[in-house]
Amino acid sequence: MGWFKKTTKDSLEEKKVKIPEGLWVKCPSCKEIIYRKEFDKNLKVCPKCNYHFRIGANERIHLTVDGGSFIELCPGLSPVDPLEFEDTMSYEERITSNQEKTRLKDAMSIGIATINKLPVVIAVMDFSFMGGSMGSVVGEKVVRAVEASFETNYPLIIFTSSGGARMQEGIFSLMQMAKVSAAIGRLKEIAVAYISVLTDPTFGGVSASFAMLGDIIIAEPKSLIGFAGARVIQQTIKQQLPEDFQQAEFLLKKGLIDMVVHRREMKMRISNILKMFGFCPLKK
Amino acid sequence: MRNYIDFEKPIEEIERKIDELKQLKGYGDKKVIEEIEVLEKEAKERSRQIIENLTPWQQCLLARHPDRPYTLDYIKAITEEFIELHGDRRFSDDPAIVGGLCRIDGIPAMLIGHQKGRGTKERIQRNFGQPHPEGYRKALRIMKLAERFHIPIVTLIDTPGAFPGVGSEERGQSEAIATNLMEMSLLKTPIVSIVIGEGGSGGALALTVADRLFMLQYSIYSVISPEGCAAILLKNDKPLTQEDFAKAANSLKLTAQHLQNYGITDDIIEEPQGGAHRNVEETARNIKRFILSSFEELHGIDPFVLVEKRYKKLRAIGVFLE
Ligand SMILES: [Zn+2]
Repeated sequence: MGWFKKTTKDSLEEKKVKIPEGLWVKCPSCKEIIYRKEFDKNLKVCPKCNYHFRIGANERIHLTVDGGSFIELCPGLSPVDPLEFEDTMSYEERITSNQEKTRLKDAMSIGIATINKLPVVIAVMDFSFMGGSMGSVVGEKVVRAVEASFETNYPLIIFTSSGGARMQEGIFSLMQMAKVSAAIGRLKEIAVAYISVLTDPTFGGVSASFAMLGDIIIAEPKSLIGFAGARVIQQTIKQQLPEDFQQAEFLLKKGLIDMVVHRREMKMRISNILKMFGFCPLKK
Repeated sequence: MRNYIDFEKPIEEIERKIDELKQLKGYGDKKVIEEIEVLEKEAKERSRQIIENLTPWQQCLLARHPDRPYTLDYIKAITEEFIELHGDRRFSDDPAIVGGLCRIDGIPAMLIGHQKGRGTKERIQRNFGQPHPEGYRKALRIMKLAERFHIPIVTLIDTPGAFPGVGSEERGQSEAIATNLMEMSLLKTPIVSIVIGEGGSGGALALTVADRLFMLQYSIYSVISPEGCAAILLKNDKPLTQEDFAKAANSLKLTAQHLQNYGITDDIIEEPQGGAHRNVEETARNIKRFILSSFEELHGIDPFVLVEKRYKKLRAIGVFLE
């Protein structure tokens, strides 16, 4: 049983971005108070500063694919505790409480769907499940999504949102980075496009594996994206960081991503790219 | 001068006595020689006891021992010839990763490894073995060169992790690591990886996609350092203590023995009494034996079969319910 006393990173970060229930929502980026109805209509984007709030996997799928077209693949994949990891609570308890809270089995959902009638394989991460961390389940789901693309020749679209590797799964989570990257390597040998969409935040083991391997890499405005967290970097170099450091626009400027796209335009942009690569709607 | 870490202090005392006796005018005296022999035996016994009862956290400290042999020490001991290659041809040459052509028992190979540096000046110059993106890109460049000429690749792993800095983020640390993971999985030439000290997270993994993976007996390989793990779990708490790190090290299951039990590594390479730093030559001989036997096993395998096998091994890693 637990030896760590304090709250964990996950619960702290959730607090930071949690959207309060009720009529009003506060933007964590510019602190603007937004009327909820307006906020929802604006796809959970701050009308003042354009901060794109984190949204769950189901909501993301709903926003991105054609209504009713999503068929989930391997919904049953569920995490276990191979290390018997000790923490403030056991990893097993943490899994259970996150599953109850999010009604998800783990931090990623995958499936087949259509986007403006184009069939795709889509994988979406959910930050609210243990900070979107990648353990064996996320790693396996990425590979299964790649395999589905390989078999169907449907393009692969992955939306990332993750703090990095899931340390509670130790070396197994680290190895997922190699496993998913190797799987994507096989996709690169055929003409099936992989579009990686980075949303706030995308860090560590997810950033340093499938997220940065997209044929096309898109990011939502102001998303924080990087290898190491700003706090760790600051502690290491003990210097002031550039103001837009690790924001999507910073990555665009540095040549690390192809484009920054507003949530409202995302679906259309993805389907337009796919059409130019020659992907077509399914024939009836 | 030898360095001793905390739990080696009992050995230090005895060895200091031995040194004092050796300085004595009467050295050569039968009695003194006998006394030295007794003390040497005691030192050996003590170091055996210490090593046998190492906690995972102590093993981390041993893996980071300032006297622990580094890549360049092994290159010197293992290869007959080493021609270092430099630079990623894009930005710079990263001294935290060294690599080049070499001969091991006459066999040409491409040898690449993290290099921590010895002494303050070299440590700083080599950034304590924490690579920037250009380090990974240099490694990939010369690995692809090896592939073209059907030369086997050996990587020696010893890093606290990829460097967390502004420049490394600007130049795409994530992309560099991810690309290495992907490209290494496709290289049509044998790859043998050996963790010789610290296998620090993605920064270590980026050179470790291999056909054979070995760990030195007292090395570690982990998704996060015990310090990093404790900092996340104890965020906003009091300053972290050795005890916190020890607990995190226990939880992370990061020793060579753990990884062998999990089926991640192919074998553990034995270290001499007291650890690799107590006898570099012996450690190097053990490493060389594993490299040569791996070369023999992997030699002549159809490159497509080799890549397929490498992928299958990776594909199978993961524990979950379905
Ligand atoms: Zn705002």
